[in-house]
Amino acid sequence: MLRLDTLAKRYKTGDHALKGVSFTVEKGQVVGLIGPSGAGKSTLIRCINRLVEPTGGSIYLNDVDLAGLSGGELRRARRRIGMIFQEYALVERLTVMENVLSGRLGYVPFWRSLLRRFRQADVDKAFALLDRVGLSEHADKRADELSGGQRQRVGIARALEQDPELLLVDEPTASLDPKTSRQIMRLIMEICRESGLPAVINIHDVMLAKMFVDRIIGLTAGEVVFDGAPALLDDAVLTRIYGEEDWTAMQASAAEDAADAAATYGAAPPERVKEERMAGLA
Amino acid sequence: MPVSTTADGRKVWQRRTTGRQWAIWAGWFAFVVLLVWCWELMTRTTIWAFVYDAPRQISDLGNRMFPPRWSYIDRLIWPLWDTINIASLGTLLGIFIAVPIAFCAARNTTPSLYILRPIALFIIVASRSINSLIWALLLVSIIGPGLLAGIIAIGLRSIGFIGKLLYEAIEEIDESQVEAVRATGANGMQVLDYGIVPQVLPAFFGITVFRWDINIRESTILGLVGAGGIGLQLQSSLNTLAWPQVSLILLLILGTVLVSEWVSAKVRHAVI
Repeated sequence: MLRLDTLAKRYKTGDHALKGVSFTVEKGQVVGLIGPSGAGKSTLIRCINRLVEPTGGSIYLNDVDLAGLSGGELRRARRRIGMIFQEYALVERLTVMENVLSGRLGYVPFWRSLLRRFRQADVDKAFALLDRVGLSEHADKRADELSGGQRQRVGIARALEQDPELLLVDEPTASLDPKTSRQIMRLIMEICRESGLPAVINIHDVMLAKMFVDRIIGLTAGEVVFDGAPALLDDAVLTRIYGEEDWTAMQASAAEDAADAAATYGAAPPERVKEERMAGLA
Repeated sequence: MPVSTTADGRKVWQRRTTGRQWAIWAGWFAFVVLLVWCWELMTRTTIWAFVYDAPRQISDLGNRMFPPRWSYIDRLIWPLWDTINIASLGTLLGIFIAVPIAFCAARNTTPSLYILRPIALFIIVASRSINSLIWALLLVSIIGPGLLAGIIAIGLRSIGFIGKLLYEAIEEIDESQVEAVRATGANGMQVLDYGIVPQVLPAFFGITVFRWDINIRESTILGLVGAGGIGLQLQSSLNTLAWPQVSLILLLILGTVLVSEWVSAKVRHAVI
């Protein structure tokens, strides 16, 4: 369980990125964080695992205040928080396997990671995860040889290799095409469902958020302006989050996009669909 | 404003305003004046009789140098081997000292921005400001003539070169990869090993091989000041006006440099 209590962040430049954000994420709940660019979504996610230092408030993960930790304690807390990034953030020149195994860095001593002598249990887990995300044949490839969707799957496997209690996901689909975006979101949702993993997902695509997540939090100028079920996200709320815009027209065109995508990709032969389903993608 | 409006209301665009264009022409004019003045200054002390004589002197020297004295080669093989060793060991020494300095000098990896970083930058500048030959001259007077002085001279000069290029490469890495590794709960050394080293490794190999290539060339002249290698033979041949030997040495150096060029090109191609 994750509980944020009046979390605040003020950058040295004076920008007030977060102004006392509070909410609680129950076990197994997937929260979509939406809001305009510059609303503080990325800062909020990075404050939770302290890649960005919050300037006020607390972050409770299972009753431990992450805001007060430092050094080894902070690293031990971080290793239980998996993170998935917008531009994948894989180490491009390492192999897929090394990238997935880097999820164990918080658990293994330095010499093991230096010599790449990971425990067999860790390697087993990495193979199982690569299998789960449909990349078992690519273990030996270098990360920069993969396509965008494949890289993001490696990113997911790396986060899961950490054995996380919480998943932080920063714009997972921003660099992907509509079909791959849906596959990736579906994969993340399935994984969260399977293991009751709570997740906070930054997402700029409102339609995608409504389609997948359990609960939506709208952030504007560092403040929570909406917190509720996706079904409650109507035009009035969207205007409150993003400002004035013709939301009905936008939703209609998004629905058309989805229909187009379904028409283009949905007609795939049954075997391929089945294969994809087996690989956990469809 | 390079945009102006003509009488009939049409907008005209020029790259520069008229004033700016005149300023640029004036700049060119000043440059030409400076050039003429420098030429005048330079030729004032030139004895033109010697210059007119140059083609004859060249052919004369060429005649004396040709043919090279091939039999001298057995006296050159060991000095050549020494030269290559000076370059290689010197480069290795340079790497060992330069790598930690580069990590201290790079803004994103330095352990202390206000103390260690300026020190590291100073070491890099100091090393680069002194030529290998001068380092060798100093070292010969400190630790005596021989290979060791040459190796250390090459090493000291390499610190600045490798350190500077490497720290620039470290500063240019993609921070998001580092952030991702840090997010897994990795400690400082692990972040270095997984997030930073893979990104700078190609640059590191490129820089190192390039410096080795330069060091081969530089170590051929270290013998002039007594720091070992083939330069010693070059100096004694020059002193005794043994031109056929000089030409053989120059040919040998040329061959060595060509080979080192080829090796470094191969290595760079293999790692990038």
